[in-house]
Amino acid sequence: MMEYSKKNGDRAPVASKPLKVAPHGLESDIGSKVEVEINGKAYKVPIGMTILDACKKQNIHIPTLCYHEDLCLAGVCRICVVEVEGMRSLQAACTYPITNRMKIKTSSEQVRKARRHVIDLLLSEHYGECYSCHRNGNCELQKLSKEYGVDSYRFGHVIERRHNVDHSSYSVVRDMDKCVLCKRCVRTCIDLQEVGVLESTNRGYDTTITTFNDLPLAEVICINCGQCINRCPTAALRANDPSHFIWEAIDNPKKHVVCQTAPSPRAAIGEEFGLAPGHSMTKQLNTALRMIGFDRVFDTNFAADLTIMEEGTELLLRLKRSLVNGDKSVHLPQFTSCSPGWVKYIEHFYPEYLDYLSSCKSPQQMFGSLLKTFYAEEHNIDPAEIVTVAIMPCSAKKFECNRPEMTASGFKDVDFGLTTRELAQMIREAGLRLPELPPSNFDDPFGEASGAGLIFGATGGVMEAALRTAYELVTGRTVPFENLNIEACRGMEGIKQASVLLTGLKPEWAFLEGVNLKFMIAHGTANAKKVMEMLKAGELADFHFIEIMGCPGGCIGGGGQPIPTSGEIRKLRAKAIYEEDAGLPIRKSHENPNVNYIYEKFLTDGPCGHKSHKLLHTHYVKRGKYIV
Amino acid sequence: MPIINNKELFPTDYNDRILIEALKKTPQDIIYEIRESGLKGRGGAGFPTGTKWNLASAAVAEKKFVVCNADEGEPGTFKDRVLLTDYLPMVIDGITLGGRAIGAQKGYIYLRGEYRYMLGRLENYIAQMISENRLGNNILGTGFDFTIEIRLGAGAYICGEESALIESMEGHRGEARNRPPFPVNRGYFCYPTIVNNVETFASVAVIISKGADWFKSFGTSKSPGKKLLSVSGDCRKPGVYEVPFGINVKELLKLVDARKTKAVQIGGASGYCLPRSQFDRTISFEDASTGGSVIIFNQTRDMLSVLKNFQEFFVEESCGQCTPCRVGNKKLLDGVEKIEQGECSISYIRELMDLGRSMQMASKCGLGQSAPNSFISIVTHFENEIFSSR
Amino acid sequence: MLLSEKNAMTEEIEELCSNYGSYRESLLPILNDIQLRFGYVSEFAQQEIARVLDIHPVEVYGVVTFYSFLSPKRLGKYIIRLCRTISCDMAEKSSIARVLERELGIRFGETTSDMKFSLEYTNCLGMCDESPAMLINEQVFTKLTPHRVAEIIRKYK
Ligand SMILES: Cc1cc2nc3c(=O)[nH]c(=O)nc-3n(C[C@H](O)[C@H](O)[C@H](O)COP(=O)(O)O)c2cc1C
Ligand code: SF4
Ligand code: SF4
Ligand code: SF4
Ligand code: SF4
Ligand code: FES
Ligand code: FES
Repeated sequence: MMEYSKKNGDRAPVASKPLKVAPHGLESDIGSKVEVEINGKAYKVPIGMTILDACKKQNIHIPTLCYHEDLCLAGVCRICVVEVEGMRSLQAACTYPITNRMKIKTSSEQVRKARRHVIDLLLSEHYGECYSCHRNGNCELQKLSKEYGVDSYRFGHVIERRHNVDHSSYSVVRDMDKCVLCKRCVRTCIDLQEVGVLESTNRGYDTTITTFNDLPLAEVICINCGQCINRCPTAALRANDPSHFIWEAIDNPKKHVVCQTAPSPRAAIGEEFGLAPGHSMTKQLNTALRMIGFDRVFDTNFAADLTIMEEGTELLLRLKRSLVNGDKSVHLPQFTSCSPGWVKYIEHFYPEYLDYLSSCKSPQQMFGSLLKTFYAEEHNIDPAEIVTVAIMPCSAKKFECNRPEMTASGFKDVDFGLTTRELAQMIREAGLRLPELPPSNFDDPFGEASGAGLIFGATGGVMEAALRTAYELVTGRTVPFENLNIEACRGMEGIKQASVLLTGLKPEWAFLEGVNLKFMIAHGTANAKKVMEMLKAGELADFHFIEIMGCPGGCIGGGGQPIPTSGEIRKLRAKAIYEEDAGLPIRKSHENPNVNYIYEKFLTDGPCGHKSHKLLHTHYVKRGKYIV
Repeated sequence: MPIINNKELFPTDYNDRILIEALKKTPQDIIYEIRESGLKGRGGAGFPTGTKWNLASAAVAEKKFVVCNADEGEPGTFKDRVLLTDYLPMVIDGITLGGRAIGAQKGYIYLRGEYRYMLGRLENYIAQMISENRLGNNILGTGFDFTIEIRLGAGAYICGEESALIESMEGHRGEARNRPPFPVNRGYFCYPTIVNNVETFASVAVIISKGADWFKSFGTSKSPGKKLLSVSGDCRKPGVYEVPFGINVKELLKLVDARKTKAVQIGGASGYCLPRSQFDRTISFEDASTGGSVIIFNQTRDMLSVLKNFQEFFVEESCGQCTPCRVGNKKLLDGVEKIEQGECSISYIRELMDLGRSMQMASKCGLGQSAPNSFISIVTHFENEIFSSR
Repeated sequence: MLLSEKNAMTEEIEELCSNYGSYRESLLPILNDIQLRFGYVSEFAQQEIARVLDIHPVEVYGVVTFYSFLSPKRLGKYIIRLCRTISCDMAEKSSIARVLERELGIRFGETTSDMKFSLEYTNCLGMCDESPAMLINEQVFTKLTPHRVAEIIRKYK
């Protein structure tokens, strides 16, 4: 046998192979324009563009289901079929390329009939009713039924469960009775994230999406990123929703319920209430949370600032040990550890490289352990009665807060991770219209945070925040970028890299004089994999710091964010965050007065000191890839 | 058992020297000869072989592949088995000529798992060919390098569909690909690939040795040549028959000694069922087209249970990726069962016929597009029988 | 599975990989061989194959469950597959099926307790002119009659 597959580097499942559209002629024809007729009107369209894209450009609507713009093409649901003159059968608009002067009809009788049949068939196998379904109102199957005026089950309807709901995972719930086999989750998990948890199994009518050997999700290598949830058109995949327990705690007068909100949910939650993407709702959200009944509302960004202090110090210490002491056991580059999806990924796939990971907990967990220690002491509250809720863009945070090692305070540091979507549901349930609420501020003492903590939400944010602080720490000057905006860290490229030359340093950091601080930023575990392979190959020996976020786009594209999420939406959310940062008075973590206060009052031996090691740092588990 | 009425198509005294003569021709000459002969694919779809080869030969790529489709999974088809057993030299030479024509260095035979028992023989034969330099480097001194490898399937009818077959060869689930791009542009590992039926390759070897004109002297103008038919079911002499295209069903039934025939299924489960009234239809691409399967039903047969058998086949053998085929076939089967139990209304049957037409139009690959054929034709032609007995 | 069995399996798989090459296109040949040799592709074997081919275990599982001749569950030493497609069906396959069930004392889809025989249906074997037909492992038996079947089974027992 020959080495073809390696050359292609393509392990995508069948239907999900990236369709590089090749018209019958030469590839060089791709891009040149051709005149096509759509519904009787002529348009000029580039050769190689799919019919779907061509129609979108002209505002001609074609329904889709298995198509998702983040993913490679599948062409399996067949809802998007159109008539192409001269073809015996209908063609899927999402995969069929414009190759020549074609005549296309997007809603002929045959097309409408076939689409209606596809919907009827899907519904005949679909268990459950919309009114008892949490995707009610935001479900693509439901939307299609409405669009085609479905008012009865033409081919029957299942009335009994055929699959057990898999509740095993802290993060993701799988209900295959609601699955329409669009394979978006498969393409997400295998191609986009390259984790490889979900795949179709069996054949024909028995085809199901499942895990290795049908094991519960908690027992396989799922990193809990929730990206599959975000792309599932129906309620087949959803996050493990703890809101019931949170309501219970709120309704219990004995409990002191505090919450922290991360920047990404604030930048996205407006979408749940009909706002266009890109509107930050931070202050309205504070009001909403108080009205719901949270006793205190804090800002996770405070903990993000703390993370910068700890992680930055850790990096400088590693550099010192390596450069000054010549300690060969120091692991550089240092990798960030604030994305729990990424952390579980490296635990499964590269367990032998865990020493490269910063030992810092994520901001969520740092916050949790401080709330049940420092905050409890200062305010004289029994930590056993404190319930901490983290409002996060992320489903992996649910798993993270349930890790056994996350109990530094003597209690479960963070009781619940709540996603943006779930919080929006609570707000709706409380009868509130978020966009119309008056703004209010966070509570003290953790209410003030810097813009550096804020930009953690977008890919590259941690790096930018760390640079703003570390550079100033060692040089005494602010980072040499206009308005503190480090553009090299921003943007949606999969892997970014840059460097800063360290010169004119303070005497105590003189050992770094002339060092070209090299850093790299990656988002999405598929890119993380590339970075890890570089590390394995020894190509990152001269790098110092690497930021990795498990989700595409970073937290703003997290698995707990509003559905839909797309490339455009991710960009708008990131923009909202950077704009908010630019308008803040404090934009560097080390200038956050609350952070300085806590080092004075509580973590008295400073960043990476003894106390902070106990409360703010953690260790990792070598999980490995195989299930024995 | 070899071909029962073998006359000219696949000569038992097939001459080995044909290969060296043929390899002296230019690829263009080979393609020209095949185009001239009007040979259409014998696997079922009937795409002109010369055109396919020409497209692949025109494609620019560093590698190209030839694949011989020996997945023969259509119910009632077994002529490829006979060719691989008794006429192997022609098949292998045909594949080699395909390689020569399109400029490929490597050929594959995708052998269905059910035929594993042939594997040893095929491998031995290929080894012998290599030792005789009829395969390998610089074949017979012509400067042409070509080898053939056998890949074994593992029990999946859909892997006979060419793009699913390629997926299977690449180590994936046998799920059909989106087209375009077609295999002749992007096939095995995205290289230009021709996939042809076993009989197509064998015919190529014969055409090259006897000439296109000889070939065209048989058959009809739209379906030149002769075809192998696998005949089974209710007849005295089941087996593989060589017939010229254009033969009608009645003549065929006589040939195989079938009596009291009620219906004939042409083209296997994915083909059509012809009632008595249509026995004057001809076997040809322009009329009753078949990849080779002919199944005969006599008057004792219950057409509904025949239909049920076909429908069960599709429910299980669909690859399951696209909605119309995965779910549609199940609904058709449910419908058949409803009829069986006497619970199906005529209007629901109409609904299912309509669904069948949508499946033909909207399915992703040939399986789903042809699966409803049986349902539609049997229900159309035997509605009275089906309903009167329940 | 015992450790020694695991090591043997790993060795076997590694050897197959070096024969076929550690590429994804070797997956089906490797699975076919493992299935033939062990009667199934165990959970452990699937993961080992995934490891040497550098693909995800779930992809191997997806492939194993797709093809009807591959099985993730242990089957008997002899897998009997009776054709149930139309020509064999018309040639009294059901009486053959009953004989098989009676001779082996199991139903279709089951395996004898001594792990010697598994009984399954399959689709058209390409032997329709000699129907009814069945496979025992890769061996084909055609023109079956109840008596012949009983005799064949006795030979394998
Ligand atoms: C479901 C399905 C099964 C098929 N099975 C076979 C098969 O077993 N053998 C075959 O030669 N062609 C089969 N075909 C046709 C192939 O897709 C393809 O058209 C053929 O191999 C081309 O070769 P030809 O042009 O020589 O006929 C099948 C097609 C479909 C849709
Ligand atoms: S998944 Fe969608 S269609 Fe199904 S019950 Fe829920 S809302 Fe309705
Ligand atoms: S949560 Fe992430 S890793 Fe887990 S199944 Fe979904 S996409 Fe895959
Ligand atoms: S689980 Fe959701 S995303 Fe995955 S195939 Fe089913 S419907 Fe599609
Ligand atoms: S038509 Fe059937 S066999 Fe073909 S792709 Fe669709 S589900 Fe698979
Ligand atoms: S959206 Fe085109 S086939 Fe599903
Ligand atoms: S129908 Fe049984 S072998 Fe073909």
